[in-house]
Amino acid sequence: MTSMFRKVYFFLIGLFLSLPLIVVAGVSVNQKQTLAFPPQGFSLSWYGEIFLNPEWRNALFASVTLAVLSAALAVAIALPLSWFLWRRIAPWANIFQLLGVAPFTLPPVITALGMLTFWATVGFYGQPWTAVVSHAIFFVTLPLVTLSLGFTSIDRSLVEAASTMGADERTIFRTVVLPLILPYIVSGYAFAFVLSLNEYIVAYMTVGFTMETLPIKIFNALRYGYTPTMASVTVLFVTTAAVIFSLVARFGDLPKLLGAMSSDGK
Amino acid sequence: MRREPPQSLGDYLPLLFPAAMLTIFFVVPFGTMIAVSFFQRQQGGFYTPAFVFDNYARFLSVFFGGVLGFSLMLAIIVAICCVVLALPFTYMLTRMARKVQVVWLVALLSILSLSEVIIGFAWSTLFSRTAGITNILVALGIMEQAKALTPSFGAVLTGMVYQAFPYTVLVLFPALVRLDPTLTEAARTLGASPLRAFFTVVVPALRNTITATLIMVFIFALGSYLLPQLLGRPQHWTLSVLITDQAIYQSNMPFAAAMAVFLVLVTLGLVALTVIAGRKGEAA
Repeated sequence: MTSMFRKVYFFLIGLFLSLPLIVVAGVSVNQKQTLAFPPQGFSLSWYGEIFLNPEWRNALFASVTLAVLSAALAVAIALPLSWFLWRRIAPWANIFQLLGVAPFTLPPVITALGMLTFWATVGFYGQPWTAVVSHAIFFVTLPLVTLSLGFTSIDRSLVEAASTMGADERTIFRTVVLPLILPYIVSGYAFAFVLSLNEYIVAYMTVGFTMETLPIKIFNALRYGYTPTMASVTVLFVTTAAVIFSLVARFGDLPKLLGAMSSDGK
Repeated sequence: MRREPPQSLGDYLPLLFPAAMLTIFFVVPFGTMIAVSFFQRQQGGFYTPAFVFDNYARFLSVFFGGVLGFSLMLAIIVAICCVVLALPFTYMLTRMARKVQVVWLVALLSILSLSEVIIGFAWSTLFSRTAGITNILVALGIMEQAKALTPSFGAVLTGMVYQAFPYTVLVLFPALVRLDPTLTEAARTLGASPLRAFFTVVVPALRNTITATLIMVFIFALGSYLLPQLLGRPQHWTLSVLITDQAIYQSNMPFAAAMAVFLVLVTLGLVALTVIAGRKGEAA
């Protein structure tokens, strides 16, 4: 295809993708409490509001805590599972791989509703930690897929060499496998972290009535009164995601990571 | 170290934690949901264990049929729009310099990870009267007066295409990367224009990929639970929105669960179709 056509097409797609974000960024610097665009006056106070207003600050704190913990738990579930599947021949264990991918493949409202009925039945409904577990299960797919990919890229002869030299299983894991797999652990964690930060429906159905994460807070603000803080939080979220994914791309092979994600994972 | 079957019970130990977590917190909740779908609803928001088909019988209403039909239609339109837009885009992207690819992939991933709440908020702002796109058109003298473009079907569709587009590109990306570049080169050498080469060589070679992608984007769009609510009117609500509404606001868990089970069945059927399409693709 001619380069002129390509340039125009990419420009239009880029415009389509960035236009809502440009408008939101514009709205976030309004001087007064209006959602006007082009912005009236210029003020960064709505960014300060995220950290100064106790409601928004609590929501930010809740979201970050949830994302840090649930991504860690997701990796803790995915790492031993993907290691086992790489190390052992146990076809029936693949069922757990399938279970790990399922929550992400099904429409999110289904996982959310499953969690809601479950926590309500066992009597823990509304407790903050239930959201951590729910998110970890919901997003376990991401570290699982990146780690499975990571393990397949390990040259088995390296491990064999270590074994021949007399290293036991534990030493091999610590000195050979872990350093090789570390980038994939980090990117799996990063994916789960960013998605957990943004997740609404599972968090809402598990802890929506007892605590507010940032997406829940934005949704509530949409219903009960607009404020430019919603726009500044959005800009913060987009920036965070872009920075984290750039870091993943900087230290890992993003095209490769994505190439495998779509064929194995989804 | 070669792969070997587990020798002793101790070799299964690493599996213990992941297996327990996934069973307790995914299989059991899923089972709970199925069980609840047969429960009897009580006025006041609670439900009692029972085994009734009432919740499923409600599917037979005209209202439900309408919602289901609308959800399927909307998801099909979104899937077609996304694939039509994303196929040429992804094809050209895979032929660009690696650095450019990475920049676009980072941008697409960032948008894909955005919450539906945020996408809904961004588009409702863009479509609003005070901050919207119509203000730009007024400034350019194309329109007389700024007006709100939401709630409307067009707004719902735009929001959902926006949400699903990055996903579509990422699904198409690996298949297009692997596409043999000599195919198009051969077509070009034989005198085909770039456009002609794209439609007569690339598109047919990717027929199965395109089918599988359409189905996957369709499932993705079926899962959209907020955008129809934020950008549309009640008649634009989809099954996912209705499930959320029944579970949270109407407190009718059994009915919500029954609809969710139904949605799972539809999705699984489609996943099976994707797998079959994928198998055929490998064989071809």
